[in-house]
Amino acid sequence: MRSLSEIETAVKRASRAVGFSWGISEEIGKSIRQLELFGLQGIKNLNQYYKEKTTKKFENLNLISEKNVAPLEAYCPIILGISFLDQIKSVENFKKIKFKKIAYPILFLSFLSRASEISGKKIHVRFDQNEILLNLNVNIFSSFLNQDFPEFANEIEIKFVNNQDNFTEVEWNSLYKLAENTFVEESESLKQSAAGAGLTDND
Amino acid sequence: MKVELRDPNTIMKLSRLGSFHQSKLSFLRSFLSEFKDWDYKRDLFNLDQKGFGEAVYSFKKKDRVYSLVCFANEIKDEERSDRVIATKWDAAFTLYDGFPSSNDIKRLKDEVPKQEVGRLSFKELTLSRANKSVRVFNHVVESLSEGNQPDLDLLLKVGYLYRTTAVYGSGKFGLADRFRIKNREEINGPFRLEMMLVYLVRQFTFDQVNHVAHYKNSKKAVKLDKQICKNLGIGNSTGLGMAPFIVNHPTLLNNWILSRETALKEIREIKIVKIEDSELFIDCVKKSLKNITSWNTDSEYQQIKIKSLLKDVEKFINYIENNFDFKIEHPFNEIYLWLEKNSCEECIEYIVSIMMEPYNNIIEPLVANMSSDEDKYFNIPTNRTTQELRDIIKTRYSSILKINFDQKENHQNFWFISKNKEEPRLADRFEEHGSELEQPLAIARDVKKLYEKLLSEKNDLTIAQFLSSNSELRHVVRRAFIIEKFPYSEIQDNTISKSIIPIDMLRLKLSFFGALKFDPRSDKWLRICMFQGAPLPSELKNFDEQWVYKTIN
Repeated sequence: MRSLSEIETAVKRASRAVGFSWGISEEIGKSIRQLELFGLQGIKNLNQYYKEKTTKKFENLNLISEKNVAPLEAYCPIILGISFLDQIKSVENFKKIKFKKIAYPILFLSFLSRASEISGKKIHVRFDQNEILLNLNVNIFSSFLNQDFPEFANEIEIKFVNNQDNFTEVEWNSLYKLAENTFVEESESLKQSAAGAGLTDND
Repeated sequence: MKVELRDPNTIMKLSRLGSFHQSKLSFLRSFLSEFKDWDYKRDLFNLDQKGFGEAVYSFKKKDRVYSLVCFANEIKDEERSDRVIATKWDAAFTLYDGFPSSNDIKRLKDEVPKQEVGRLSFKELTLSRANKSVRVFNHVVESLSEGNQPDLDLLLKVGYLYRTTAVYGSGKFGLADRFRIKNREEINGPFRLEMMLVYLVRQFTFDQVNHVAHYKNSKKAVKLDKQICKNLGIGNSTGLGMAPFIVNHPTLLNNWILSRETALKEIREIKIVKIEDSELFIDCVKKSLKNITSWNTDSEYQQIKIKSLLKDVEKFINYIENNFDFKIEHPFNEIYLWLEKNSCEECIEYIVSIMMEPYNNIIEPLVANMSSDEDKYFNIPTNRTTQELRDIIKTRYSSILKINFDQKENHQNFWFISKNKEEPRLADRFEEHGSELEQPLAIARDVKKLYEKLLSEKNDLTIAQFLSSNSELRHVVRRAFIIEKFPYSEIQDNTISKSIIPIDMLRLKLSFFGALKFDPRSDKWLRICMFQGAPLPSELKNFDEQWVYKTIN
């Protein structure tokens, strides 16, 4: 089995070899390492993308807006991912972000996962019939574990998920009530000697 | 009295970094402190009469076990090479996480001797190989088998029975990634498992030489004297492979240097020095003279450095004994200021290292800060502005900005990865081909390029906007935001100039390992000795912490 360190180094060098700058190659190395750690097919898709890149001219998107449509070929998932990372402070204010035509969307996801960590918010991604939750770069929740990922996404919609509980107040109270059963009622004498007792707060 | 940390513009120059010496902060010494109360055992010693076969050594504490698995092989003299292109070695080693089963040993026997072309698993932590110093090994075998101890003069000249030629860790060739083990307290220090491997290999070399001598003449053979063993270390041949490491791990480099600088600052700030502390310091300086006088090298470059070191240390001892009173306030500050005025760089850093000897209370907390969670600082703060970036560069890279990279001699060399061995190399860009595949190690040149580019940009441009049209500078933008927080993260020198001495980069790293007796064999590789004078595993529970200054050699 290849270690993650080997994966990161090989990806960085390969990315430089296909023409990306060293700085961007470093970012790709980190992102693919993360995909492989999560059990997603980073190396396989990157390889296929780099092969296809020799014959197709994918579109670069440097400034992300709420609606982004690739004019001819599909967007390059790497330049798109880097732009998303770099512009995270502005794009996180959009309610929804839509992209039309992205090549190898799994590669884009690896950057979104890191963007989720930087922004401190989960990111929900919907493309074609698929839904994916990027959870602060701790994991990627999807049904694609060890499965082939589509090589092309016609339409991708991205939403930042506001930090909120995943349960109702009733569910919380019910659980908390159970937790209270580990508490002990304090006697009056103990209350008198607890921290702060016997002093005025104006001392 | 407050003492300032030393200026990175002085300390991070290559000539200064190449003058660093081992100290109490060094990894092999902190390894010994951490593992002194672990149980050491030789679990397997299955060598034939010529000393070929397998052996296992372990350190154990509660449920945690680390085992060195050794494979000693017969090779022909003409196959023995220290170069990275070698494919066979006298012995190969791996450090296994736990105690290896017989199946594990079988699997490892197929892979470990192959080194770079073998495959390891996440159960293996480090990997290494070593060659005999045939001259010394054979002499020791001959002497012991005749019932005599070996010639100490010969041992003095070499200092070891075996030389390692590479020690790999952190995910190389399938070894365990660092993240799998990073939460273990006992290895919360850089290169601790690499140090363990080398330390246990040293014991293997003694056991093997005794074993071979015994089978050569079982009636007369004696064992190698323990004191002689103690004064032997493990050699190491190191080439350029090590140099890019310190450029590629800026926050780690910062934490090493910052620990050293903080130690010096705190020692200089001590108002009254206790008599026993000043005596320990002086004793170490005096005893260390033996380390200098027994430092053998054919390198003219190093001989000049040793000569001036010896002269300056003797001058320093004369000053301490005749013109200095430790009863004054802040005596170590006075000493440091005297050194700056009267000594060469090599001597300043030599004495700075020895100043740490009496102060466990200062050093131990710093040892705990010498690792780094590098991923935490990888992301570029792209919402900041080009003006802020420009200001950082002006402040943190001021001496680099003065270099004129239009002059040929300032960009004469380039770093590349060799195709046949995947190892870093340095070459003249005007004589060799391949500079278009240059590695991103010319940080000074690229930082200057970035600065010049920034001069023509608007002040309020965000870094995100700047990067969208300057992606070729992304790697140095990242570094500039790292150095803002980590002032010692960058070599403040030109790593591609005509006059670069690459072994300065190696020496910096090796000094933090705890290496002694740097012996440059060219400007691109050197030999060193590790653990010479160190306690044997059986003595670890109670050993003299200043062993490094007290070798017989």
